Amino acid sequence: MCLGVPGRVVDVAGSLATVDFWGVRRQVRLDIVDQPVSPGDYILNHVGFAIRRIPSEEIEETLALYEILLREAGADDLMLADMKSEIDATGPGTEDGR
Amino acid sequence: MAGDLPNSASELRFRDTEKARALAEALSRLTREVGHAPVSVMHVCGSHEQAIARFGLRSAFPTDLDVIMGPGCPVCITDLPEVDEAVALAAKGVIIATYGDMVRVPGTVKSLADAQADGAHVEIVYSVAQAIDLARESSQEVVFFATGFETTAVATAAVLLADPPPNFSVLSAHKYIPPVMEIVAEMPETRIEGFLAAGHAATITGWGVFEPFVERHGIPVVVAGFEPLDILAGLVKLVELIRDQKADVVNMFPRCVTHEGNLRAQEQLWKLFRPVGGRWRGIAHVPNGNLRLRDEWAALDARKRFDIDVSSLWDYAPPALSQACICGDIMAGIASPHDCRLFGRECLPENPVGACMVSSEGTCKIWHLYGGHPDLAEVGS
Repeated sequence: MCLGVPGRVVDVAGSLATVDFWGVRRQVRLDIVDQPVSPGDYILNHVGFAIRRIPSEEIEETLALYEILLREAGADDLMLADMKSEIDATGPGTEDGR
Repeated sequence: MAGDLPNSASELRFRDTEKARALAEALSRLTREVGHAPVSVMHVCGSHEQAIARFGLRSAFPTDLDVIMGPGCPVCITDLPEVDEAVALAAKGVIIATYGDMVRVPGTVKSLADAQADGAHVEIVYSVAQAIDLARESSQEVVFFATGFETTAVATAAVLLADPPPNFSVLSAHKYIPPVMEIVAEMPETRIEGFLAAGHAATITGWGVFEPFVERHGIPVVVAGFEPLDILAGLVKLVELIRDQKADVVNMFPRCVTHEGNLRAQEQLWKLFRPVGGRWRGIAHVPNGNLRLRDEWAALDARKRFDIDVSSLWDYAPPALSQACICGDIMAGIASPHDCRLFGRECLPENPVGACMVSSEGTCKIWHLYGGHPDLAEVGS
């Protein structure tokens, strides 16, 4: 539950950002994040809120854990389930969001 | 020989096998150099335990290093009377919205799932924002049964500050991690020599929050991330501090954690909540360990808005099996799931006796799924 999940910001409108999580576009709230967020930035989403803007030089390292989970984890994997519920915690996607 | 590098460390699926091997070697050497065995350290985060178990990290730890999961599962430490309050409210006819695992956690007599079976309206949400949506779409009262540590409490604070609908209120069971570390450090049965602090909670609070603890208790704290290499690197630093008898706070997760943390989030958190003492299930009374709404937000506080009568739920004795549950000792680091006679027998994920088998962050559920010391052949397969 405290794992959070990183995503790439594609659009910002007020206190809401449209964020791409491995091809799934969802809405994340920006009420808590303490740095300005613009399209192209990566944020860490926890229960539907960005809690941190990830510095650009750290993105690859941050994504690594999640990519391992997506690649290798079985359907009943607890960490993959956590990751999916973090994405489900965001608002429904806009545009072509699935 | 104790402390030797397990041959299998290189077989683990690390992103960088060479780096992992070097870290595992350093961990072995440093543990040996501490000069006593075992060296016991504690982490306080379900996500850390998931990563340690899932990636089979304990196979790469020296045998003389005990890495114990403490009270890091927010669902598990939610106390029985707090669940009772939610059950009593649900029975009153308000809609209870809560995070998924909370529904099956037993209260004194009933869980929210039991209340649901009795006809109560309980909704699972992944975010407090979804509970707000639920309230906007309903004419009924919606109470968000709020659980989780500071990382999650900041989201609850944010929605309450963003003009929630009038039929929305919060039953806060939010908990604050730093005070419970003091309690565990002072328990005579646990000989914890260092803490591995959870990176994402520290993203909010900053690593500076641990400085007073380190000063008072003389026990080092290392903030670590969740990737297997992050955890190994965090442990290497922690055991090095123990060897050198240096009570410092070291931040090994700088890509997410700063000294002062997320000030904007903290401002919202402390505007809404105040720390009060309260029981953590199975652990102890934890001074300042519970986050409750401040008096000026009484209108949003379900405890103030409703007359919650939990005593009506206390007519029955708790079932015998749950009295045998040692969840509390496991969370305090005194026992492991293998010490429990119910683990894997009467107590299973599909039919849990204690909260540690309910939550995906509970030690028992994690060990049941991955094993505490999993067979390496299965890791990452």
